[in-house]
Amino acid sequence: MSSRTGTGFWIGFVVVVAALAVVPLGLPEFWRKFLTEILIWGLLAMSSDILIGYTGMVSFGHSAFFGLGLYGAAAALLVMRSPNLWVALAVGLGAASLVAVFVAYFATRLRDIYFAISTFVFSQIFYVIIFTWTDVTGGENGLYFTQPPFTIPGIFSARFSTVSLHWFVLAVVALSYLALRRITQSPFGMVLQSIRENEPRTRAIGYHVERYKIVAVLLSGLFAGLSGTLYAIQHRFAAPDFVFFTVSGEVVIFNVMGGMGTLVGPLVGAATFLLLREGLSRFWTEYYLIPLGITFILMVIFMPQGLLGFWKRRLNQ
Amino acid sequence: MFEQILVQTVNGLVNGMVLALVASGLTLIFGIMDVVNFAHGDLVMLGGFTGAVTVAQTGNFWLGLLVAALAIAVFGALLQVTTLRPLIGRDPLTTIIATFGVSLVLQKYALWQFGPTARNIPQPIPGQFELFYLQYPWYRLGAAVMAGAIIGGLYLFLKYGKYGIWIRATTQDRIMASAMGIPVPLVHTGVFAIGSAMAAASGVLFAPLASVTQTMGAEFTLRAFSVVVVGGMGNLGGSILAALFISLLEAYASLVVSPSQAVIVSFVVLILTLLFRPTGLFVPTPK
Repeated sequence: MSSRTGTGFWIGFVVVVAALAVVPLGLPEFWRKFLTEILIWGLLAMSSDILIGYTGMVSFGHSAFFGLGLYGAAAALLVMRSPNLWVALAVGLGAASLVAVFVAYFATRLRDIYFAISTFVFSQIFYVIIFTWTDVTGGENGLYFTQPPFTIPGIFSARFSTVSLHWFVLAVVALSYLALRRITQSPFGMVLQSIRENEPRTRAIGYHVERYKIVAVLLSGLFAGLSGTLYAIQHRFAAPDFVFFTVSGEVVIFNVMGGMGTLVGPLVGAATFLLLREGLSRFWTEYYLIPLGITFILMVIFMPQGLLGFWKRRLNQ
Repeated sequence: MFEQILVQTVNGLVNGMVLALVASGLTLIFGIMDVVNFAHGDLVMLGGFTGAVTVAQTGNFWLGLLVAALAIAVFGALLQVTTLRPLIGRDPLTTIIATFGVSLVLQKYALWQFGPTARNIPQPIPGQFELFYLQYPWYRLGAAVMAGAIIGGLYLFLKYGKYGIWIRATTQDRIMASAMGIPVPLVHTGVFAIGSAMAAASGVLFAPLASVTQTMGAEFTLRAFSVVVVGGMGNLGGSILAALFISLLEAYASLVVSPSQAVIVSFVVLILTLLFRPTGLFVPTPK
């Protein structure tokens, strides 16, 4: 199917990316950073969509992958004498994929709610470890570090401005989107969707369902870790709050709000959630979760397809 | 050392009974409507707050227990009718997602209503007795006994009460029960109300042992989940044994590591159970 990806898709893709690249130039500093943050959370949401939307495995543990990406990058940036962007990315991804291997090995043997509960428990295990291992992780206070400059080894090196950081994040997220889209449309992605639709039948046809699930968790964890490292680079600190399960819950909210199984949907869901939070918290301060949570519950009941669900067929073409 | 172990055994049993009360509400709700209630711990928290407010007003612990259980039962029934009834027939995963939303709302609602300070309920049973090297409050034993009594009452109700038999019939076969004239939707609402009342009661019983904060719900949810899975989803007896088992393990583990790390022990038990005996530790092997 991927070979038939229409020119319509590419036109849309280029227009959206170009718009996202140009818009921050006209935005004030705060909203520019905000847009970058939306992209980072959007990448996390897209990474979980492989599991939630395409394979039908609801993960309540994405904060573990995100958090390990974050702490991995933090560790690399703290240890190195001259912080290097690419090393930080690599270490963050390595840490996240280690966790993903661990979670994938155990959790994929379980299905449905048991998978959800076990991912939840795994993320809490990592939270407790990070929270209590104060010597290494800084415990409750977290870690602070400096932002690495953008480098192309041997050619170029410059400090990030908010705009160039935005472009960098946009490039990573856009490429990740293309990669994820390619994965979900590949024969491998088709098998994942058939697992979602009917697992026993997929097994009966002769696919080794567990292996497919393991790879799906690994890929999902890898991209979630990538968003964690990007967050580290933007915010220059790591805190145990990002490993806490509320982050995982927010990721599920992004998916449900935006539309599971569309890749773009979760990103839109993340944007909607963050904008609503920003808007509502001006009136209700920390109580913004009351109206937001009620909106979310209403969406689960009356709009299970999410904002972009009605576009599912077209977005996956 | 030996004395420490014995003291921790008593601690573990006391915590285990309160946890069993939380978990039996959760497992009842799961067994009957396939609803994984992510907001269960927050019902515990709301019950604790309602109890604390009532006790502060009237000075009567037992009245607080009663008011909290009734108020949260009504609240639970409303919650079930408004959020969970429309989801009947959908994937059980949808109910986790919806009740997660409920949990977020309840947590912030409690913060708004009761403020960020922790609430305390004075121990209703005064006095202490000597347990080796420390003065052990009678109330801790009293809380365990009361939790046991409430669970026992639930068991008798399910076994002999008319509505208890309705509930068990609905658990076994929803469609058949409906064909026999049992109002299944009402049974669902009723069960959710009973589960909520039990959560609230455990919140009130727990409050004098520690204190009530609006963030305590998540921890209770997680622990009750572990218990329910280790005991076998939907199995009341298994949940009680699992609650005692996990609490004892945590109590012993906290002799060696800090209590916040001891939680990991129960997680490990949970994951091992899920891997090697996903039907639950304390249930007969299914044929």
